[in-house]
Amino acid sequence: MLTIDQTTYDGIVAHAKRDHPDEACGIVAGPEGSDRPVRLVEMVNAAGSPTFYEFDSTELLALYKEMWDNDEEPVVVYHSHTATEAYPSVTDIGLAGEPGAHYVLVSTREHGNNDGPVEFRSYRIVDGEVTEEEVTVVASLPTP
Amino acid sequence: MAIEVRIPTILRTYTGGEKAVDATGGTLSAVIDDLEANHPGIKERLVDNGDLRRFINIYVNDEDVRFIGGLEAELKDGDQVVVLPAVAGG
Repeated sequence: MLTIDQTTYDGIVAHAKRDHPDEACGIVAGPEGSDRPVRLVEMVNAAGSPTFYEFDSTELLALYKEMWDNDEEPVVVYHSHTATEAYPSVTDIGLAGEPGAHYVLVSTREHGNNDGPVEFRSYRIVDGEVTEEEVTVVASLPTP
Repeated sequence: MAIEVRIPTILRTYTGGEKAVDATGGTLSAVIDDLEANHPGIKERLVDNGDLRRFINIYVNDEDVRFIGGLEAELKDGDQVVVLPAVAGG
């Protein structure tokens, strides 16, 4: 199960809406081993595409070095689908490189840049196997 | 002295869980061969048909090796190599 606070959830949704019709992407970092997504980091989609996303390689290294310095890890890796459902594509599954992360998919296909509900779903992707999990949105994360 | 290679989570199955391992070699290609000798199977995850895999990023002293010669990038003792899978998808 993914437990995420409302502010972070809203931040991911706002990012996805803003970047529509291109895919938005980013991570939510948290203390190593905590499973607490506490620090939202919006990334630039270097592919700038409605059907693909990729972190810029230099920004990727900077992000990971920052996390290592903070003893953090990517608790959530998120991206949006802008014309299809919020389910991992074959490409998403093939390239999933963080077996410990919650992979969040947001679909903006219904309302695009406008207000309105989005699909927000979460998965584990390990060795090519996708397992959907429940998403619980809380006012604030319980204290560890 | 040796070259420290930082291993991402997804490849730590090859390094017995180690986050970083030492290797030697004068080029990235040689370092990868040395890694393979000690951690069999890891090379195939980095290299495909003699080229770096498209969705694996390797950095030498914070430089993406694609900009400094790829597999032929020159290395020396004390250099730091970081391997990171691309964060990408469709």
